[in-house]
Amino acid sequence: MSQQQSDNFKPFNVDLWKYDGQEGALIPLLQSAQDTYGYISEKAIDYIAHITGIPAADIYGVVTFYAQFRTKPLGKYVVKVCNGTACHVNGAKPIGDTITDELSISYDETSDDGNFTLLSVACIGCCSLAPVILINDETYGRLTSPKLRKILRQYKRKVKEEK
Amino acid sequence: MKTVKVGLGTCGISAGGEKVYKAFQEELKEHPNAFVLKETGCIGMCYSEVLIEIENGADSSVFYGEVTPERVGEIVEKTILSDDTIEDWLAVKKDNTKNFLENQTRIVLRNCGIIDPGSIDEYIEKGGYEGAKKALTTMTPDDVIQDVIKSGLKGRGGGGFPTGVKWNFTKGAKGDQKYIICNADEGDPGAFMDRSVLEGDPNAVLEGMIIAGYAIGADASYIYCRAEYPKAIARLRQAIAQAKKKNFLGDNIFGTDFSFNIKIKEGAGAFVCGEETALIASIEGKRGMPKFRPPFPAISGLWGKPTNINNVETFANVPWIILKGGDAYAAYGTDDSKGTKVFAMAGKVKRTGLVEVPMGCSINEIIFDVCDGIVDDKKFKAVQMGGPSGGCIPADQCDVKIDYKEINKTGAIMGSGGMVVMDETTCMVDVAKFFLSFTQDESCGKCTFCRIGTKRMLEILERITIGEGTMEDLDNLEELSGQIKNASLCGLGQTAPNPVLTTMKYFKDEYIAHIQDKKCPAHVCSAILEYTINDACTGCTICAKACPTDAILGDKKELHIIEQDKCIKCGKCFTVCRFDAVVKD
Ligand SMILES: Cc1cc2nc3c(=O)[nH]c(=O)nc-3n(C[C@H](O)[C@H](O)[C@H](O)COP(=O)(O)O)c2cc1C
Ligand code: FES
Repeated sequence: MSQQQSDNFKPFNVDLWKYDGQEGALIPLLQSAQDTYGYISEKAIDYIAHITGIPAADIYGVVTFYAQFRTKPLGKYVVKVCNGTACHVNGAKPIGDTITDELSISYDETSDDGNFTLLSVACIGCCSLAPVILINDETYGRLTSPKLRKILRQYKRKVKEEK
Repeated sequence: MKTVKVGLGTCGISAGGEKVYKAFQEELKEHPNAFVLKETGCIGMCYSEVLIEIENGADSSVFYGEVTPERVGEIVEKTILSDDTIEDWLAVKKDNTKNFLENQTRIVLRNCGIIDPGSIDEYIEKGGYEGAKKALTTMTPDDVIQDVIKSGLKGRGGGGFPTGVKWNFTKGAKGDQKYIICNADEGDPGAFMDRSVLEGDPNAVLEGMIIAGYAIGADASYIYCRAEYPKAIARLRQAIAQAKKKNFLGDNIFGTDFSFNIKIKEGAGAFVCGEETALIASIEGKRGMPKFRPPFPAISGLWGKPTNINNVETFANVPWIILKGGDAYAAYGTDDSKGTKVFAMAGKVKRTGLVEVPMGCSINEIIFDVCDGIVDDKKFKAVQMGGPSGGCIPADQCDVKIDYKEINKTGAIMGSGGMVVMDETTCMVDVAKFFLSFTQDESCGKCTFCRIGTKRMLEILERITIGEGTMEDLDNLEELSGQIKNASLCGLGQTAPNPVLTTMKYFKDEYIAHIQDKKCPAHVCSAILEYTINDACTGCTICAKACPTDAILGDKKELHIIEQDKCIKCGKCFTVCRFDAVVKD
């Protein structure tokens, strides 16, 4: 790597991505990139292409194939609505509608102020509490629209206070 | 001394298990040595999480359900320091004859919710790794395979292929290097059996893999676990590290010349990666696209080497089979289907969670005897089995036995064990649309019929649910279904039309009600419902402001009304109302 090139890649923690030349290392590399930076930037793709010799276009193909990988940063609070079978049967749709109404974002969108992102996930494994949402790592179950509004407003207040 | 076990599977944690655990830790500071505090996996009673068990000696214990941190003080006071049982908080009330656990036969779940999954010693105490020891030190690989064939065990991942026969193929395949893969991708969006086993008894899966490796002559293996299961992955890492220390993994296991290692690969969120050839592509670091079979993975799998793939539950059965013998396993079940099956119960059933029953038990027995029937005692309508690849079985056919062939006859499939119970408030057209939109989204795009055909079907279903369907649409759905089934390469496309076909077969009247009467009998499809406001209305005017067509009239603090000819049935008023005053009918 030339000096200029390595400067380009400075923000990346090179140690983190020990590439041992093993076949099948691409997905774990992408996973640790996302764990560290929250999303896969173009820069990260270039860097991985550089160390593995896999063409950037192929890497992009892998990134877009898997739902786990994101190419845009997430909001401060990530609201995940479970749209698994049990939650669907128990009314996940109105739950999503309520969030859209309250936060003015649809699925896969981040609010303009960067505070909230709304995602849809399939079964987070607490079907017994359906319908369920996750806000960051906190689970909220047995939701109704009014209950959910209260929760979201608490978060909105929190955001304001943090400012 | 009493032992307190707190259920800390994902379900327990979501319900607040960690806070309860902390509350007990605090109590321990106040009453040092009053009890031993442990964590355990999910015992299956997810409906009453947070669940704790207080064990008093070997054979007496009480279960408390829906425990909150606030209740912990009283529990310690009454049940631990004195010997009082708090009847109201019992998870299984004394007078309830429909005992959740007693009506089950637990082989796969033998240790789940009982041992501390973080301790290999507790697993060993329950006879763990005895099966592997027996296989490696007293049996030849062929003996092992013969015993598994004798047990009648079939793959629990959905396909139902006889496990011993598959092992024999891979053993017979030519190759210097062979692999074992454990499929822990569990993509069905309503199933959580594999996750609970991995979280509650990870060593059982490792032991099953070791035995399989010995039988086919593989020394390397992978567990492909979906990344959405962080707790399961952490448990597996811990179990693998402990098993290495005890030399159950590594070189010269049990002093034999057999060596075996396990690596974990995290999935990255693609349903199709549960399909074995796509899974292999994903481990190789590629897009998870299925390949044409043959060659089957048994001949040419991971990096072109012979590879044996089995599901988590399949592996978890194996140590028991080897230890107790194939005959003992085959003693459970029917002629066609042996042993037990784990089901993840969800939807409108009173006791949601995990159950394990012998094959041959009926669906009604599971729903009404083990799971205590339908929520609010509403009318039972159907179950959906097999997730997006499966189908719906109507209530009047639910005396069908749990048996691969019998279930297939209904048009549904055994699947991996997701069972979603539906009542009169579930719209079957909506359910079909739900599953189809899932498979449509998850289609990898390789086959035209799967990619575009499912999209066209979804459009038709969407049309029907907004009241714009025609009777001709039903014929088109059927025709497209046939074409998609025939012209798709992998199981995803081949089975994607099943939810539509089975709901059309058993609930055609609901489709017709949507098309001809423009009505949704279950009051689910919002676009064809009528919205009205009842006297719970406080006149807060929020709905009137939210209405995009100004269809809502009424003064402040007065009852509001909806002008039906202006209403476009967007459902906004229903969503914004905070007083449950907007009704759909
Ligand atoms: C679209 C699709 C998704 C699948 N998903 C899973 C899965 O999540 N878990 C699983 O064990 N098998 C899944 N399978 C089945 C696997 O291809 C394979 O048959 C199974 O892992 C073999 O193990 P078994 O014989 O122990 O069942 C899936 C198949 C298809 C076609
Ligand atoms: S379907 Fe929502 S948690 Fe399982």
